[in-house]
Amino acid sequence: MTAINFIHPDGRNQQIDAGDAESAMLAATSQGVEGILAECGGNAMCATCHVYVDDKWLGRLPAMTGAEDALLDGAAADRLPNSRLSCQIKISPELDGLVLRLPDRQI
Amino acid sequence: MSATIPTVLADSPRETPPHAPHLDIDPFAIDFFEDPFPAQEKLREAGSVVYLDKWNVYGVARYGEVHAVLNDPLTFCSSRGVGLSDFKKEKPWRPPSLILEADPPAHTRTRTVLSKVLSPSIMKQVRDRFTAAAEAKIDELLQQKTFDAIADLAEAYPLSVFPDAMGLKQEGREHLLPYAGVVFNAFGPPNELRQTAIERSAPHQAWVAEQCQRNNLTPGGFGACVHAFSDTGEIRAEEAPLLVRSLLSAGLDTTVNGLGAAIYCLARFPGELARLRQDPSLARNAFEEAVRFESPVQTFFRTTTRDVELSGYRIAEGEKVLMFLGAANRDPRRWKDPDRYDITRKTSGHVGFGSGIHMCVGQLVARLEGEVVLAALARKAKAIEITGPVKRRYNNTLRGLESLPVTITPA
Repeated sequence: MTAINFIHPDGRNQQIDAGDAESAMLAATSQGVEGILAECGGNAMCATCHVYVDDKWLGRLPAMTGAEDALLDGAAADRLPNSRLSCQIKISPELDGLVLRLPDRQI
Repeated sequence: MSATIPTVLADSPRETPPHAPHLDIDPFAIDFFEDPFPAQEKLREAGSVVYLDKWNVYGVARYGEVHAVLNDPLTFCSSRGVGLSDFKKEKPWRPPSLILEADPPAHTRTRTVLSKVLSPSIMKQVRDRFTAAAEAKIDELLQQKTFDAIADLAEAYPLSVFPDAMGLKQEGREHLLPYAGVVFNAFGPPNELRQTAIERSAPHQAWVAEQCQRNNLTPGGFGACVHAFSDTGEIRAEEAPLLVRSLLSAGLDTTVNGLGAAIYCLARFPGELARLRQDPSLARNAFEEAVRFESPVQTFFRTTTRDVELSGYRIAEGEKVLMFLGAANRDPRRWKDPDRYDITRKTSGHVGFGSGIHMCVGQLVARLEGEVVLAALARKAKAIEITGPVKRRYNNTLRGLESLPVTITPA
């Protein structure tokens, strides 16, 4: 099991098992986490799977590509230093316990 | 059109993997366009890979295989054309697109540029303008009450925002829709639709080629933005006009048919219109679901670059593979209740805009147009009633209507 904690804007913590998913986005959308739209289906083209990564975890994620960086500038909610696109967070056992905060809007 | 029960060729040598089931469905025939759903179901259920004898191509109609082919662009390439015509064997009808009909690494460079021109940040800049135009259009139609939802809304709205956003001059814009019609017919086989379209294409091609030149594009528009990337060296100056051409080819007729699909859905399913009226913030998903449900872009081809095994079937190098996006979007293996238009459905993952590196570069423009039109409609109209004969428009790639007479009631 690779647990991911999605923290909703109201503070609610929703933990899911992302073990079988390729990305944090796919884990979220396949298990009904509201607040991840993923309009482009994981092709890094839309910025509607925006998340804020818990500071403790931020440095443990691989660096973002130029494409992700550019997309985040257009995200609906404020871009913060810990903003990432969840479709670009590949799931691996080392991410067990990952904490991702959901923005108040994706569009 | 009729479909045979899939049979393995009797004279084929026994071998593993098996040959794909042969079908005599013609997905480019008028009766297929009129009602594609029974044939799409046959295509899906016959096998994970099928062979279409009419055009000598492989076909994939299940979600899993369509998604897999879209996401393996090195095996299933685009540079030999994304229509039936194989550019290795036939001269393309027009100079190939530098993005649609290209493979990595050449594709990567041009794709990066168009992605930047049509990025989420740029959409934020045009959003207010697109919204105001949608409100104005719906207000105007509420005065009229009875109108053709295709000509007067699905076409009129994109025509009121997209050519301006591109930075096109006013004169000659009537060439845009016919040009796009040719482009999408030309992906099909050499049937009457394709041949007639290409025969009549010269004036449209000439006008479009002229508008792609830098001096014909207003500063600040999408077209000028493409050219600006040649100043920074990301593309060569001679590539810019062809990339502008891509936006003109694919940026208008697609949204026309997407909007047409959405309005047709809301007119047919008043329960969904009622839900949208209750919560107009569902407008964007109502549009997205219409793209899944109707799949305005129905098909694209790829060409195999090597012998490949797909879901147990062997396909040799140099074969055309037809992807049925519309059938994949209604595959019960992927979608619960696929034939239901549900504006709250989780639509993420549908292939109406494709998937992978060639996924529609203008998808954000399409969603913006769809969202603002449906939101305005939801707030201002309480009913959409079909009040005349619904007429389908026939195109080798695009699914949509020619005419949708409606009457709308102000809220």
